[in-house]
Amino acid sequence: MEITVIAESSGNSLHPITSQLVGAACALGGSPTVVVPGGNGANEAATINGVSKVVSVVGDCFSSFDGGAWASALTPQCNGVVLAGATPNGREIAARIAAKRGIAIVQDATALSGGINITRPIYSGKAVETSSVSGDCVITLRANAFDAAGSGGSAPINIVDQSADVSVAIKEAIAKASERLDVSEADIIISGGRGIGERENFSHLEEVADMIGAAVGASRAVVDEWGMPHSMQVGQTGKTVTPSLYIAVGISGAIQHLAGMRSSKYIVAINKDPDAPIFGVADYGIVSTWEDAIPALKSALAAL
Amino acid sequence: MTIAVLLKQVPDTTAKISVSGNRVDEGAVAKWSMSPYDEYALESALQLKESGVGDLVAITAGPARCEKLLRDAAAVGADTLVHVSVDNIGALDSTQVQALLAAAVSKTGANVVFCGKQAADTNSGSTGPGVAEILNAACVTLVSEVSSDGGGFIATRPSAAGQEKVGVNSPCVFAFDKGLTEMRRPNVRGIMMAKKKPVDVWSATDLGVDLGASTVTIEAHSPPAEKPPGQKFEGADSVPTVVSKLRDEANVI
Ligand SMILES: Cc1cc2nc3c(=O)[nH]c(=O)nc-3n(C[C@H](O)[C@H](O)[C@H](O)COP(=O)(O)OP(=O)(O)OC[C@H]3O[C@@H](n4cnc5c(N)ncnc54)[C@H](O)[C@@H]3O)c2cc1C
Ligand SMILES: Nc1ncnc2c1ncn2[C@@H]1O[C@H](COP(=O)(O)O)[C@@H](O)[C@H]1O
Repeated sequence: MEITVIAESSGNSLHPITSQLVGAACALGGSPTVVVPGGNGANEAATINGVSKVVSVVGDCFSSFDGGAWASALTPQCNGVVLAGATPNGREIAARIAAKRGIAIVQDATALSGGINITRPIYSGKAVETSSVSGDCVITLRANAFDAAGSGGSAPINIVDQSADVSVAIKEAIAKASERLDVSEADIIISGGRGIGERENFSHLEEVADMIGAAVGASRAVVDEWGMPHSMQVGQTGKTVTPSLYIAVGISGAIQHLAGMRSSKYIVAINKDPDAPIFGVADYGIVSTWEDAIPALKSALAAL
Repeated sequence: MTIAVLLKQVPDTTAKISVSGNRVDEGAVAKWSMSPYDEYALESALQLKESGVGDLVAITAGPARCEKLLRDAAAVGADTLVHVSVDNIGALDSTQVQALLAAAVSKTGANVVFCGKQAADTNSGSTGPGVAEILNAACVTLVSEVSSDGGGFIATRPSAAGQEKVGVNSPCVFAFDKGLTEMRRPNVRGIMMAKKKPVDVWSATDLGVDLGASTVTIEAHSPPAEKPPGQKFEGADSVPTVVSKLRDEANVI
């Protein structure tokens, strides 16, 4: 089966999803071509096991993000079944490539099997859909749902000069309010909700976050009521996250919050109400106030 | 100028989703609502309309129940209502949905499209960029704000460094993330006017779209896999135990 993987980079290196995409392609029985937008991380892509070749597409249009321009420049290299990451940019480029080729796209797959059969969550995780696709299609894969391919290979790299007309022009950059790690990039997230009492108390969560390299997230209640940045919000109208560890502190576990975090690998809940719905999804629940539990957490982590 | 807003009717986010006979049981959905991000798109489009940019056409594709959604949009200020009538919207693949919506947008003459970043049922995020591709339009996704700027538009979207403002000219599509303001509530006058507003009902044939067959076949819907029940501990004294389990059982710290 001919499979093309669209690499995703962050800065000058590859995003870990790229190696997961290759792993998924190999499991389907393909030895994929990896297309690298703008060429960032092409050398690294060539070392992923199972890659048949790397196509580094370079052009002016890759200096800022315009999904339409990127798709125009990349589509000629995207043959057969196309796999991309279900990241914000990945979803957009993938949708546009599918429309350009006139083939269907299925987003956010969590499992694939021969044929191709696709499993993916729908209704924000309240149900699961399995579908089968005939012919070529574009599929985006959820981060951390597929095993990464190992490294050690040395695939050839072709460099293709291909730009496209850019129609989205950057006018002004607005800096982040804080330099903290973003929830969509973190492998560990500690989130606070209304039970934290007031915005200032988030500093306690930040201290824990700094000890374990975690990002700090929030429920919608505190984003709306305490004016915290929306970029911190996890849930239906915030971010969908799948870290290895999600620690929910003073969050009740409303269905819209669960929609954004229930597929985290491990969930810890700290809540003073033993009947809080968050305990229904927690692997480890701690019935306690945060005032008692957070200092204990800090000393236990310090003792590791 | 005409602004088209694509609005999808979905089960309310509080609604329970049940599965029967391998399919999500739509009949059991207690409440249907406008998809949350579409509300932000609509509110932002209303504000743009009020700034004098143009009139607003609300477009939905789906079965008969979706007319209610169009009336809700009219009650807050949509000028024209378009219902692309499709009985089983869930069985269409992305190319079919996009072909219908793009054809409907073209037929209204709109050259600016507002939609949600992803619908609350499909959770896909394919429609905005796909429709843009068909219309040969620019697309900006994850937008929180759009304003007009001379002949073009300025949109705010996230960037690696925080946020950025980008400029685009029509034709263009904006796929909304959470916007700056919640959707306004309709007033009584709006609700009364909306009842009388005509709805243009268009079929695929009216739009000149040959749907063909879906290339994606839904094999089954199922409830999410049950997680094994977690372990629950009483009191802050249990924290060290949990931390060592996170290290030794789960291997995550
Ligand atoms: C369309 C729609 C979209 C939404 N999208 C989102 C979304 O994206 N994300 C989201 O989070 N919500 C979302 N919501 C809101 C959601 O329904 C809840 O209102 C929200 O998640 C509640 O936030 P919370 O858990 O912080 O607050 P609460 O529900 O008020 O819970 C606070 C919790 O803290 C506990 N507590 C109190 N004091 C302490 C203490 N000292 N120590 C420990 N625990 C304590 C309480 O027992 C309680 O369980 C959405 C709602 C709608 C209608
Ligand atoms: N059937 C539909 N009718 C109207 N708008 C739709 C429809 N399907 C998708 N959209 C729009 O496209 C957005 C993204 O949908 P999706 O690609 O399914 O995640 C939605 O938030 C709507 O704005």
